[in-house]
Amino acid sequence: MLADKDRIFTNLYGEYDWRLAGARGRGDWAGTKDLILKGRDWVVEQVKESGLRGRGGAGFPTGLKMSFMPKTSDRPCYLVVNADESEPGTCKDRDIIRNDPQKLVEGCLLASVGMGAHACYIYIRGEFVNEAKRLQAAIDEAYAAGLVGKNACGSGFDFEIYLHRGAGAYICGEETALLESLEGKKGQPRNKPPFPAAVGLYGCPTTVNNVETIAVIPTILRRGAAWFAGIGRPKNSGTKVFCISGHVNRPCNVEEAMGIPLKELIETHAGGVRGGWDNLLGIIPGGSSVPVIPKSICDTVLMDFDSLRDVKSGLGTAAVIVMDKSTDIVKAIARLSKFYMHESCGQCTPCREGTGWVWRVMERMVRGEAEVAEIDMLLDVSYEIEGHTICALGDAAAWPVQGLIRHFRPELERRIAAYRAAAAAKAA
Amino acid sequence: MSEAAGATELEQPASFAFTAENLAKARVIIAKYPPGRQASAVLALLDLAQRQHDNWLPRAAMDAVADMLEMARIRVYEVATFYTMFNLKPIGRHLLQICTTTPCWLRGSDEVVAACERKLGIKMRETTPDGLFTMTEVECVGGCVNAPIIQVNDDFYEDLDARSTEVLLDALRRGEKPPVGSVKKRQGSMPEGGKTTLKHLSFSGDPNARG
Repeated sequence: MLADKDRIFTNLYGEYDWRLAGARGRGDWAGTKDLILKGRDWVVEQVKESGLRGRGGAGFPTGLKMSFMPKTSDRPCYLVVNADESEPGTCKDRDIIRNDPQKLVEGCLLASVGMGAHACYIYIRGEFVNEAKRLQAAIDEAYAAGLVGKNACGSGFDFEIYLHRGAGAYICGEETALLESLEGKKGQPRNKPPFPAAVGLYGCPTTVNNVETIAVIPTILRRGAAWFAGIGRPKNSGTKVFCISGHVNRPCNVEEAMGIPLKELIETHAGGVRGGWDNLLGIIPGGSSVPVIPKSICDTVLMDFDSLRDVKSGLGTAAVIVMDKSTDIVKAIARLSKFYMHESCGQCTPCREGTGWVWRVMERMVRGEAEVAEIDMLLDVSYEIEGHTICALGDAAAWPVQGLIRHFRPELERRIAAYRAAAAAKAA
Repeated sequence: MSEAAGATELEQPASFAFTAENLAKARVIIAKYPPGRQASAVLALLDLAQRQHDNWLPRAAMDAVADMLEMARIRVYEVATFYTMFNLKPIGRHLLQICTTTPCWLRGSDEVVAACERKLGIKMRETTPDGLFTMTEVECVGGCVNAPIIQVNDDFYEDLDARSTEVLLDALRRGEKPPVGSVKKRQGSMPEGGKTTLKHLSFSGDPNARG
C-alpha cells in the first residue's frame, strides 16, 4: 500500500480548506518561482524521467507530448486542460477541482513553462457548475496573490489562465472536439494530422492534458522525478487516483500506487465486493470504454497500463466498475451501448449508424431474442466500427461489446436458448 | 442531443435582451478570448441567456447571442441543439436530471426513477402540471462513487435510494433547498464509515489556514 507521505492529493476528500492559504499550508506553491527559473528544458526532462503517462485514458507519455511543442513560434502557444470528465465510472478530476484546485492551477503554470505556453484554458464539463465556481475562485485567488498573471510568482514568466465551461457533450472529452467546442462550435473531432501541437486552438500550437496529469506535475518537480518513477512499475510509474464504483461495500475514490493488484485495491479501500470476493462476476477496470474482465482475471491482474493491456482491457481513467453475480451483465453492457449511441457526434457513418445498430441488437440480446449467429455478426460489426472513425469514440463503443462476447458468450447463448424454449412452450 | 423539433411549435417571445448585469458579465466572458475569437464565448452566453429566461432558451435569445458575437445565426442554432444542457422549450422549476448510466444503474437508479415517477405522476421528459418538476434521463454526470445521483438544476444529490429520493422531492416541493451532495452525509468520495488512507499526514504549514 502506498504510504501517506507519498500521496499527492492530501485533500482528496475535502477534509481541509480548499482555499489558497490552506493549500499553501499543505505545501502547494512552495518555491514555484525557483522551479520556473530552472527553465523549460528542465521541466520537460523531469516530467520525462518521472515516467508520467497521461491520466485521461490513453496513457501517452506526458513529457514526450510536452516536447512536441515548437521550440520557437511566431504564434501564441496554448495549454488546454481537459476537465470534461465524462467517462462513465470516472469522478476523480471532480475531487481534484473541488478539493485541491491550487494543485491544478500551479500545475497549469509549471506545465506551460515546459511547453512555452503563456495562456491556458481549462475546459470543464458544464454539469460541474459548483466545481467550476470553486475553480474560478481558486484562479481568482492565484491572480490576486500574483502567482499567475504577468510576471507569475515574480519569475518574469507571463501566464494567463482562464476557465471555460462546456454544455453537456461526452465527445468534448476528445481533444480535438474539445478544441472545436472551445472555439464556439459543435464538438465534432478534427482529422489528425495535423496534431494539436502543430495546429490546435485557433490554429496555434496546443497541448491538451487531463486534469490529474497536470495536477501531479508540481509535486513531481518538487520531490524529483526519481521519487515518482520509484512508485509502481517501470513504464507504469507514480500514483493514481482510482474511482471504485458499483457492487462494492464502500464505493470511494482513493490515491494508490500504480500497479496495485485489483483485488487488493478493492478489498483494502472499498470494503470488498458485496457478498465477498467469490461473489464477483466481472469488472470494468478503466471506465466504460475498456472491455470487461471476468473474475478469473480480476483475481491476479495489476492496475496499470501494461498489465491491463496484456489481458485485452485497459487502465483507461482507472475507474473500476465492479459487478457482482446478481448483475445482468448483458444489460449492463447494453446500457453502455446506449450511452455511446447517445454521445456519438454523428460525424462518421460507422459510429453514427453503428452505435445505434449495436444498441438495438444488444437490447435483443438482453432478452435472448436473437439468432446465435448474430453474436458473431455483432462482433464483426464492432470491428467495422473500431478504427474506422475520426476519433476513438467508435473504438470505445466497440470494446465493451467485444469484451462481453469474449468472456460471456455462454451467457448470451443461454439467453437465446431460453427465449426459444419459452416461445416454443407458448406455441405448444 | 437536445430536442430541436419542438421549438417551432412553441410560443416564442418576440425579443430578448440581456439585463444590464448580465451584459456586464457577458463582456467579462468575451474578454477571456483573443480579439476576433469572440465566438468562443457562445456556450457561456447561451448559458447566461438561459438562466435569465426561466431556464430555457428561446430563439430570440439565440439570435441576440449571435448578433452580439457576430456569428451567423445558424451557427448558434447548431451549437444550441448539439449540447444537452440547453433547454429549447420551457421546463419545470426543478429540472431532475437522473443519471441511469451503468455505474448509477448498478447502484439502483431504476429505483430512483421509479420513486420519481410514483411521487410526481410523470414519465421521462414530462413536466408536472404545477410546473414544479421536469424529469429527464441523463448520461453519466461524473460522480460514480456516490451513485445513484440526481442533478437538480445545478446541484448533485448523491447516494440516493427510493426513500431518500422521496424525501428530496418533498423538500423541493416545500420550497426548501436540501444540503447538496451525499444524502447519507458522506464526506465527498470518502468510503462510507471512514477513510483507509490519509491518516498519517504531516504538513509544512497549517492545512486549514485561512487567508
